[in-house]
Amino acid sequence: MSGLSLFEKLWRQHLVAELGDGASLIHIDRVFLHERTGGVALRALDDAGHTVRHPRLDFATLDHIVDTFPGRNDASHPGGGSLMPGGDAFIRTTREQTARKGIQLFDLGDPRQGIVHVVSPEQGIVLPGATVVCPDSHTCTQGALGALAWGIGSSEAEHALATQTLRVVKPRSMRVHFDGQLPPGVTAKDMILALIARDGAAGARGSVVEFAGEAVRALGVEARMTLCNMAVEFSAFTGLIAPDQATLDYLNGRPYAPRGETWEMACTAWRELHSDADACFDIETRLDVSALAPMLTWGTSPQHAVGVDQRVPDPATVADTATREAMEKALAYMDLRPGQALSGVPIDAAFIGSCTNSRLSDLRAAAAVLRGRKVAAGVKAICVPGSTQVKLAAEAEGLHRIFLDAGFEWRESGCSMCFFAGGESFGLRQRVVSSTNRNFESRQGPLTRTHLASPATVAASAIAGCLADPRPLLGH
Amino acid sequence: MYKFVIHEGVAAPLLRSNVDTDAIIPSREMKTVGKTGLADGLFAGWRYLDAATRTPDPEFVLNRPEQQGTTILLSGMNFGCGSSREHAVWALKEYGIRVVVAPSFGAIFAGNCVRNGLLPLVLPEAQVAELAATVAADPQRRRLTVDLQRCQLDDGCGRSYAFTLPASQREMLLQGLDPIALTLQSAPLIDAFQAADRQARPWIWLD
Repeated sequence: MSGLSLFEKLWRQHLVAELGDGASLIHIDRVFLHERTGGVALRALDDAGHTVRHPRLDFATLDHIVDTFPGRNDASHPGGGSLMPGGDAFIRTTREQTARKGIQLFDLGDPRQGIVHVVSPEQGIVLPGATVVCPDSHTCTQGALGALAWGIGSSEAEHALATQTLRVVKPRSMRVHFDGQLPPGVTAKDMILALIARDGAAGARGSVVEFAGEAVRALGVEARMTLCNMAVEFSAFTGLIAPDQATLDYLNGRPYAPRGETWEMACTAWRELHSDADACFDIETRLDVSALAPMLTWGTSPQHAVGVDQRVPDPATVADTATREAMEKALAYMDLRPGQALSGVPIDAAFIGSCTNSRLSDLRAAAAVLRGRKVAAGVKAICVPGSTQVKLAAEAEGLHRIFLDAGFEWRESGCSMCFFAGGESFGLRQRVVSSTNRNFESRQGPLTRTHLASPATVAASAIAGCLADPRPLLGH
Repeated sequence: MYKFVIHEGVAAPLLRSNVDTDAIIPSREMKTVGKTGLADGLFAGWRYLDAATRTPDPEFVLNRPEQQGTTILLSGMNFGCGSSREHAVWALKEYGIRVVVAPSFGAIFAGNCVRNGLLPLVLPEAQVAELAATVAADPQRRRLTVDLQRCQLDDGCGRSYAFTLPASQREMLLQGLDPIALTLQSAPLIDAFQAADRQARPWIWLD
């Protein structure tokens, strides 16, 4: 008998029962909600006459549609706190419903408020070996700590809240080895974009993807979150990384992490959470990172990505009809030509934020590029820290001064303009270089053209006024 | 809750890969705290020349006269990727779509479909293209029939296509089961699991 994969260990630890129809009843250790879909789920529970089984294992935050302008608070938004038309109702419902059901809400004004996938690790709510679900597709971010964390729909959230379980058809397993050492100026964001560009946005085919290898071990815990964050853009059920000493050091002392004897007991258990040497996977693949360049997307799917020093590919060279037509539509939408150099394409805006790249290490990476430099004239540049804690920590070390001096706006935390919900957005057809995860049509505003990149590449582009390689500015 | 046994209807080709849930229902079209009022926002970025005034784009497939009453979508791989928003399924359903045929689906989207009585039907890309070619000549007459009991799609021109669906999802759709009610029947198993888990992993239990 072969050994067990990390995923297999987590699956077995949470198996309540086999349901006899191919699905398994899996215990859910944490449910996280946000105002965009959480309120709907909680209200629907009432309508169906169900109750929340373990409110102490459930959490909620306000992130998706809250105003992120500086100084945002309850006084500036007596009705709720959203610039989205009708947005206040989502916030109000979430407040009412969480209060009534005894669920901890990280509200506006609470120093723990922020983007769900930034807040959950920061507070020690997600733990190695835990199952975590949230009605948000980027819940896979939290797999970076060795949790089985995945995004679900509203109906599934209702099920998890009411029963503390989900009925799940066991996904296939996949392991991606990132070999080699990352060159200077190249980041976890570039690793995941390179993988999706090579294997396609459908590449993981619904598998649980374990990220492993020398290059993953070398990443800090926050960078691992960036890697796992985009597992869903790879069509993974989720992504995860085996916990190691870096993970334990990251969690030690966090508000909801165990303490004292329980901490020691937990650490002993967590050290077992890795794939055995002879574990089998349905799919295994490798990617050598040692020659990677900073990545940029040129189209409207995360798979439409190339190195910053490369040219826009030619759809005519692609045999598959649907892929070719999607590329042609993407190029027309993005107003780019096959063979055109990406570097040098003028931009209207630069955005640093989102559950992908808004943590302290991301802001430090961008600040290293921005220090002593100015954003190009005519470029709207915005930095939205991922949580109030990140914002406060960045301010404590003076990063906000670097952003502000360079000409960036320095915002309150939230999902902000990662997506356009009808409130604030980038302008019609504007070209935005963005540290976010989705370059879909109109994602960041009406017909906006999004280029995904790392925070350093976004910062370098903001300074250049066009898509640009961050490495020269970093002295590489 | 929501049953699906057999369905006959007009099929429309939307043969693009990676049709994401932002395209199916843009965030700005999710205006109220509820599961209804979403059909107007379906494919809003593609369906209207001007979304604000709801001026239809005559070129968009669902707006063509021959596609009136479409209930089956034919699409490319990775349909429904992206955001977990169940609103994408609620919008499709409210519009009248009952089946989406594609080479693969976003995992969360496929789960959301089953919860709402929509069938995410997987066929190889070549077969989806063949179906699109079949219906193209006259979508109103060349209706497709999807039979979940037999796991078979008939194109009305003598060709049939076998498909598979995980047994649990097939049962859920065929019988229109309420998953929460079903799971609550297993409450003693959940109780037992949790009692043991409190001993094994006390750090999980925050009380």
